[in-house]
Amino acid sequence: MCLAIPMVLKERSEMEGVVELDGIRRTISLMLLPDAEVGEHVLIHAGYAIGSVNADEAAQTLELLREYADNMVDL
Amino acid sequence: MKKTPERLLLAHGSGGRLTHELVTGTFLPALENPILSSLSDAAILPELPPGRPALTTDGFVVDPPVFAGGDLGYLSVCGTVNDLAVAGARPLWLTWALILEEGADGDLISTCAEGTARAAAEAGIQIVAGDTKVVPRGKGDRIYAVTAGLGVVPPGREISDTRIENGDLVIASGPLGDHGATIMATRHGLDTGELTSDCAPVSGLIESVFEAGIDIHSMHDPTRGGVLTVCNEVADRSGKRIILTETSIPFRPQVRAVCEVLGLEILGLACEGRVLAWVPGGQAERALEAFRKHPAGREAAIFARVESSTDGEIPVVMETEVGSTRPLDMLSGTDLPRIC
Amino acid sequence: MSEAPELRDPKTIAGLIREIATVSEGVGRKVTLMEVCGTHTHAVAAAGLRQMLPPGVRLISGPGCPVCVTPVDFLDRALALADLDATTVCTFGDLMRVPSSLSSLEKAHATGKPIEIVYSPRDALLLARENPDRRVVFLGIGFETTAPTIAAAVAEAEADGVDNFLILPGNKVMPPPMRALVEDRELKVDGFLLPGHVSVLTGWECFRFLAEDYGVPGAVVGFSPADVMRGVADLLRQVRSDKAEITNLYSRVVSSQGNQVAARLVDHYFEPVATSWRGFGEIPDSGLGLRSRFAHRDASRIEVELPSPHEPLGCACGDVLRGVIDPPECALFGTACQPATPVGACMVSSEGTCAAWYRHERLTGATK
Repeated sequence: MCLAIPMVLKERSEMEGVVELDGIRRTISLMLLPDAEVGEHVLIHAGYAIGSVNADEAAQTLELLREYADNMVDL
Repeated sequence: MKKTPERLLLAHGSGGRLTHELVTGTFLPALENPILSSLSDAAILPELPPGRPALTTDGFVVDPPVFAGGDLGYLSVCGTVNDLAVAGARPLWLTWALILEEGADGDLISTCAEGTARAAAEAGIQIVAGDTKVVPRGKGDRIYAVTAGLGVVPPGREISDTRIENGDLVIASGPLGDHGATIMATRHGLDTGELTSDCAPVSGLIESVFEAGIDIHSMHDPTRGGVLTVCNEVADRSGKRIILTETSIPFRPQVRAVCEVLGLEILGLACEGRVLAWVPGGQAERALEAFRKHPAGREAAIFARVESSTDGEIPVVMETEVGSTRPLDMLSGTDLPRIC
Repeated sequence: MSEAPELRDPKTIAGLIREIATVSEGVGRKVTLMEVCGTHTHAVAAAGLRQMLPPGVRLISGPGCPVCVTPVDFLDRALALADLDATTVCTFGDLMRVPSSLSSLEKAHATGKPIEIVYSPRDALLLARENPDRRVVFLGIGFETTAPTIAAAVAEAEADGVDNFLILPGNKVMPPPMRALVEDRELKVDGFLLPGHVSVLTGWECFRFLAEDYGVPGAVVGFSPADVMRGVADLLRQVRSDKAEITNLYSRVVSSQGNQVAARLVDHYFEPVATSWRGFGEIPDSGLGLRSRFAHRDASRIEVELPSPHEPLGCACGDVLRGVIDPPECALFGTACQPATPVGACMVSSEGTCAAWYRHERLTGATK
């Protein structure tokens, strides 16, 4: 129901931020994520950062998925 | 010394002194050639080279009229030159009509006139006739252009969807969707960084592929509706099935990013300087090499194949990167940015 | 790509499908899973995931497309507002082609009505700032993900005194219709793929009642092919072992409690109200209305003349949204109702169940 895209927070000043994905930049509001830090991956929906991407959790998920792929190689 | 007005007045389209000043001050200096400069009522052309004449026309309305990698004038030449070129014709002459809005910025008009001249030079064609009208403020959007183009299909050359055969492969002359993504991104306040429109004449590229001896069966430029529309139309006209390979379709990462951010269908994005070419399977590698040898085709890729179609089968499908097969339909209506 | 290649890796997907097939055999009966998020519907169709599932797994789509569940009288009111003097209506692109009783925003736009497509509520706010002599009404649709962005725009308008910025509240929340779903006797769902981006805001715990009160398992999942397939595998495992839990498989962005800053902002401006859903009728506390102290921002309080609401004849959107039928079972599907000429809302949004089905799966039966 809701498109939200992870983008990297490149700059911020007060409650405005500039986020980037593959060279595409957009100005967004940080009102819903006031503690976001530059360099962090944030989730963008309708011009607002709505959440942070937890790097550790992301790494764990990918690790788990790689196991599925590795198991297929074993076949 | 160029004399472009600061803002367009209705009188610039009245046919009087101001029209004359606009033509001689802005358009002629940019587009100068003996046929145009005669300013006669009709352009008298030299005799056509051998072959069948090809004639096409197109209207150009783009918001914004100046974008990264081009402008409405540049586009108005490329669009028509490319329509001739993908029909197998060598483009020769274009006409160029402008419909301007009262109050339009003079700089915009000279930018578009210069863009037109640049594209004409790149494509090796001449603008041989023109017209200017001005509509009252609010009755148009700054600048519209209409071009018509005349070219000649050399003897022995036959480009048609009906020539497409089972086993043909489809080549894209370069990354797809750059133009559409640039326009949509600009319209919706995204900074596109290094991404620019692919807008360019493709006639030189196509001639070089013919010169390499490739028997191109059919060609199209994926403008409005993008690859989705072209492939569905070709499947319909040829009675064949077209199978795209998702991982082989050339897209720049920035174009993917624009589509993700705005929620757009990437396969529906327009190009203004790309060709999709149907070539015999046996010649495909040689054709790809010929495309890549030309500066405008360096990033060409084979992305689809043709098979016979049986009743009830979906005409256009894509083998996805995850290993499934997905039907591809034309877009229904304008692709609007969405949040959901 | 915005996300890691592992999330779309064909070998990973093949591994997940093998696991799904094994577990599905272990269950020994057909299992029906429902995704309740339109972006899931879209993701499933775009990657052709449904056809990769074994015959023992049926994946259906629920009421998760905000366009599809927005009732026709909301559109009627939006169009009536666009008829008022010095009033501009701003909308997400999603709503443009949704049929109202007599027209649509797209058709009204063609007749010169001041209707603007925006990407963000902030764009509408900017328009209000730039046009102080016009009233700018933003159509507030969407779920928990979108509501905070609208609350934030209202907060900015309040702080800066942008008095000509109003909203037409139409936001909805997911738990009440999900409760209605699990209480529906017609419906037989063995598990839910839960909306990932709603959960970023709400936290996953708000869905615990599904497992605890109704014994229906749920998995919060992301939107890549691997995310979705992991969710399917997880739900099947739960069904096989007769468990019912809410698992959070989208932990890289979803926490247990969600975004509290956003929750407080929404709570400051909005209050739960009964609202009606296409296909479900009115559900208590399932919508968000502006609190009365912000009545000056509430475009639903402006008096307008409305046509009597007219839902198209024969349209089975309601049954589709409740997952009772698949789109092709509707008499209008693919004939009178197509993406270019949508009759029902589910055909309008590109992620509407019917549109997604039409675009990606209309003929897949023939390809197999």
